[in-house]
Amino acid sequence: MNTTSGNIRVMIVDDEDLARQVIREFLSSHPELELVCECANGFQAVKNAADLNPDLIFLDIQMPKLDGFEVLELIGPNRSVIFVTAYDTFAIKAFEVHAIDYLLKPISAARFESALERAKERLSGKLPSAPLPVADLALAARPPAQYLDRIPVRDGSSVFIIPVGKLDYAEAQDDYVALVSEGKKHLKQQTISSLETALDPSRFLRVHRSYIVNLERVVKIEPYGKDTYVAVLSGGVQLPVSRAGHARLRAFLDR
Amino acid sequence: MHPILTQLRRLLFYLLGWAPLAGMLTYLLAVPGGLTWLQATTVSIILCLLYAFVCLAAWYPCLATPLEKASLPRFFSTHIIGAILASGLWVLVARILGRMLANVEGFYGLSYRLSQDFPLLFGTGVLLYLLAVGFHYVLLSVEASRDAEARVMQASVLARDAELRALKAQVNPHFLFNSLNSISALTTSDAPKAREMCVLLGDFLRRTLGLGEKSAIALDEEMSLVHAFLAVEKIRYGARLQMEESVDREALQAQVPPLLLQPLVENAVVHGVANLVDGGWIKLEAARRDGQLSIVVENLFDPEAPPRRRSGVGLANVRQRLHARYGEQATFRTSAEGSCFRVAISLPVEIQEHAS
Repeated sequence: MNTTSGNIRVMIVDDEDLARQVIREFLSSHPELELVCECANGFQAVKNAADLNPDLIFLDIQMPKLDGFEVLELIGPNRSVIFVTAYDTFAIKAFEVHAIDYLLKPISAARFESALERAKERLSGKLPSAPLPVADLALAARPPAQYLDRIPVRDGSSVFIIPVGKLDYAEAQDDYVALVSEGKKHLKQQTISSLETALDPSRFLRVHRSYIVNLERVVKIEPYGKDTYVAVLSGGVQLPVSRAGHARLRAFLDR
Repeated sequence: MHPILTQLRRLLFYLLGWAPLAGMLTYLLAVPGGLTWLQATTVSIILCLLYAFVCLAAWYPCLATPLEKASLPRFFSTHIIGAILASGLWVLVARILGRMLANVEGFYGLSYRLSQDFPLLFGTGVLLYLLAVGFHYVLLSVEASRDAEARVMQASVLARDAELRALKAQVNPHFLFNSLNSISALTTSDAPKAREMCVLLGDFLRRTLGLGEKSAIALDEEMSLVHAFLAVEKIRYGARLQMEESVDREALQAQVPPLLLQPLVENAVVHGVANLVDGGWIKLEAARRDGQLSIVVENLFDPEAPPRRRSGVGLANVRQRLHARYGEQATFRTSAEGSCFRVAISLPVEIQEHAS
C-alpha cells in the first residue's frame, strides 16, 4: 500500500482541533510519515479514506455523524487503524476489529512511539493482520450483546444511515447483503449471518437462508408449494420462507 | 413488652373485639346453661374481661414457638397445654365468682347452676384460648413484615445517601482526560493558553471538591460552577460551543442541590454540541415564579447521531436526586422537538437566612 517514495501516508480523524494538533505534532518528528489529510467527522473520514487510501489512520471514537467503529466498518476491515480516545471502555471492541493499537487521551509520547512501531511492523507485513488470539478472548469476555440500532452503509464516498426500525428486510447476495429500507436497496459488504447476530432477535428473524425480515412488516404467511411458504410484507413484497424459517416464525407468533 | 399493652388505643380495640365473644358466652350460659339473663350477662362480662387478659399471655408461647421453625408435636403440645391451663384457671375463677355472688340478691343458687356449666365453660375457654393463639400469630407476622419493610426502607435511604456522596465527589473523568489532552496540545502551540486552561480546570475542580459536604448551595454558586465548566469546554470546542444565558437576579439566591445544573449542561455538551459538525448552542434560563424556581436547559442536537454510552445517566441522576429531596414538589421533564432537546425542572424556592 506504500507509495513509491516509501512514505507512510497518514490520516487523522478527530472532531477536536486540539486533539488533532497533538497527533500532528508527534508525527512531525517522523519524516517517513506523510500527513495526507485531517478529518473532523466520520463522513469526511469515509470519503477521504476512499479517495486518498491512506496507509495508517488515527481514529477518534466518539465523533459527530459516525463513530470510529462505524467509520472502520464502512472503509473496510483491512485498514491499519490506531484508535485514539479518552474512553478505556472501548479497548476490547477495538481489538475485536483488529486495531493496531489503542491510545488513551492524554496521549503520552512513549505510547505513541510504540503504537507507531507496531503500525510499521504491520505495514511491512511482519505483524500478522490476521485475527489475534486476543480478539477471541475479547469476544468471549464481551458483556451481553447490545443490538444494532442503526446500520451505516456506504455508496461510493457517500454514507447512509439506516435506523433498524426502517429496515424492511435484508437479502444475501454473494459477499454482500442488500438492505431494503423505504423502497431503496443499499448494498453492504457483510455476511447475512453476521448481520443476523447483530440484530435484535425479538425484532428480526432469519426466515430463509438468504433472508432476514423485520417482524413488524410481516402481514401474513401463505403456503407456497410443498413445505415452503411466503411471507407477505406490508408493502406487498413476498419473501420465501424455508421450513426452518417457518418453524421459527410460528414459534415467534405463538409466543 | 406485649405489643397490645404498649398503646392504650390498641388495648381498647382488643377489648372491643371481646365484646361479641362476651355476647356469645352470655347466650351459651343463658340458653343451654339455664342461667337467668341477668346472671349470664354479669358472669360473662366479668369472665370475658378477665380472660381477655389471660389470653394475652398466649403471646409468649407464640413468640417461643415460631410457626416456621417449631416442630409439629412441639407446636401442638405447647398450645394445647396452654389452652388447658388457661381454661382451667378460668373455670376456677368462675367457681370463685359463683361462690362470691351466691349471697347477692338475684344470684341465689348461681354457684350450683354455674358448676353444672363448667364443662361448657371449659370447652369455650379452650376454644377462646386457641383463637387467641391464632390471633397472636397473625400479630407476629404483621410485626415481622413491618420490621422487614422498615429495614428495606432504611437500606434504600442508606444506599441513596452513599450514592449522593459519590455523585457529589465525582467529576466525569472523560471530561478530565479530554481537557488534559487539550492542554497537552496547547503546551507547544500556545503556552499562555495552556496555562489559562490549567487555571480554569483547577478552578472547576476546586469548586466541585468543596460541594461534597453541602446539601444545598445558592443558584449563584452553581452558576459559577457551570461557567467554570464551560470555560474549559470552550477551549476544547472553540467556536462550536455557543452559550446563551438568561437568569433572573432574584433566582440567584435560591438554594439548589449542588451539581444540579452542571450535569445538565455537561449532558448538553456531550450529547449535543459534541455530536454536531458545526457545533451548536446551549440555552440556560432560570426564573422564580410563584414560589417555584424554574430552570430550563435547551440545546441543539443531531437526532441521527451515533449512540453514545452512558446516555442519560447524568439526567437520571438529577431526576432521582430532585425526587428524593422534594418529592412531588419538584418536576423534571425532558422533551425533544426536531433537533432541540429540552430539560425543564421546577423546584420549591428555598432561601438560606444565614450564610454558611
